[in-house]
Amino acid sequence: MIPIATPGPGPEAQYRAFLEEGRFMIQRSPSTGQYVFYPRVAAPGSGASDLEWVPASGRGTVYSITVNRTRQGSYNIALVQLEEGPRLMTRIEGVETAPVGAPVKARIAELEGEKVVVFDLAGNA
Amino acid sequence: MSADSVRGRTAIVGIGGAGWGESPGRSAMELLGEAAIAAVRDAGLELKDIDGLCAATSTHAFPTLSVAEYLGIKPAFFDGTNIGGSSFEMHLLQAALALEAGICNAVLICYGSNQRTAGGRLVSMSEPQWHEAPFKPRHPVTAYALAAQRHMHEFGTTREMLADIAVAARQWANKNPSAFERGPLSREDVLNARMISDPLTTRDCCLVTDGGAACVMVRADRAKDLKQKPAYVLGVGGAHSHRSIAQMADLTRTVAAESGPRAFRMAKLKPSDCDLVMLYDAFTITTLLFLEDLGFCPKGEGGRFVQGGTIAPGGKLAVNTSGGGLSCVHPGMYGLFLIIEAVTQLRRQAGDRQLDKCDVAICHGNGGTLSSQVTALLGSEAAL
Repeated sequence: MIPIATPGPGPEAQYRAFLEEGRFMIQRSPSTGQYVFYPRVAAPGSGASDLEWVPASGRGTVYSITVNRTRQGSYNIALVQLEEGPRLMTRIEGVETAPVGAPVKARIAELEGEKVVVFDLAGNA
Repeated sequence: MSADSVRGRTAIVGIGGAGWGESPGRSAMELLGEAAIAAVRDAGLELKDIDGLCAATSTHAFPTLSVAEYLGIKPAFFDGTNIGGSSFEMHLLQAALALEAGICNAVLICYGSNQRTAGGRLVSMSEPQWHEAPFKPRHPVTAYALAAQRHMHEFGTTREMLADIAVAARQWANKNPSAFERGPLSREDVLNARMISDPLTTRDCCLVTDGGAACVMVRADRAKDLKQKPAYVLGVGGAHSHRSIAQMADLTRTVAAESGPRAFRMAKLKPSDCDLVMLYDAFTITTLLFLEDLGFCPKGEGGRFVQGGTIAPGGKLAVNTSGGGLSCVHPGMYGLFLIIEAVTQLRRQAGDRQLDKCDVAICHGNGGTLSSQVTALLGSEAAL
């Protein structure tokens, strides 16, 4: 039988709610050991549906980075590889740009009225 | 169904274009319509002969409905697969399968966009990704800049190497009267142009033009009796890897490394058999990645490969002889324009830029942010 309703908010809404509480959480599948970001209803590839929330270490490295140069100003966009494996889009705060491979540390900040995960160069903290 | 049920069974028999460059006052559908009519006439067919339709645009939610209504045709086969700029290479495969299965007899593949005169910016239905949007990436350029930066880090690729790709494209465009950007372009011009998204300057980025394009496909037996030399579809292969650039497993390796071998296997060909190499050059980095991933040079060597005029007129590999998306035309989704140039060269109608020998052409389409890759191999009768 197909359920007529799935109770509670989905993984995307849960992730945002954690950020509102000041927590950077990612998903992990105990059966496969796989870490998952962005949050989903099942682990990509395996389809494992035992995903649970775990606190992210917040440690990562710059996988790649660019500086968007607009008439309104410049800002960087980075892909950070988390120590746990997944990669996410973010900004490296406090610097124009950073070297690929640089170690970084996560922090929750507000962008456009929304809580998001940004990074600082590790060691600058 | 085996590869032999595709190889050489269908052919492109008509091509058409409209308003490449700047066409003020014309809608996307008008440009598409003009290109479609031109392609049908080029084939020596009439609109009433068209009973198959493939279309994708960045502005129509139901492209085959809109196009069929506009042209007044009632297709028995239709496919609106939209995977970005590579959609049209995939349409070649859909059309080949439908023709060979007898579902229809003549397929029109078409595209139109007025994005230059409609505002001069890339206009797209492409929805933002929720986990990227707050950081304000300016896709597509942000994604391609991230790939370029990573390639430079891993392989020592330089901005000068990327610039040489833009210079080669311009040298080809200077031989093409249909190219929108012509005139001298030096490596220094590219390097000194306005930085858009490090390390890519305006000259590392494709043009933003208007333009319509279309082609007509029929089964090979019928192609022989039509007025143009057929360009046979020898093989097509596609691959997906991601939607969001943050989810791309390795920014220096595209799944052209999967689509290419699929197409070559179907066509029973290898990279060294290609006389003409048409690679989707939305940015200089894409030409470089596809040269590597399709096997024209080893991984990581693309930058060194393109130096010294290797892919420019007179070089050892003829790449993007129209001038490409960088200097000829790029109205948002460019994949069909690769096919138009390949057919033109295979028919030996390319004027000053005509290759001495052109019997096998590879058209490699790219869509999204390096997300979808589709490789098509086309050939003259000699390649069958």
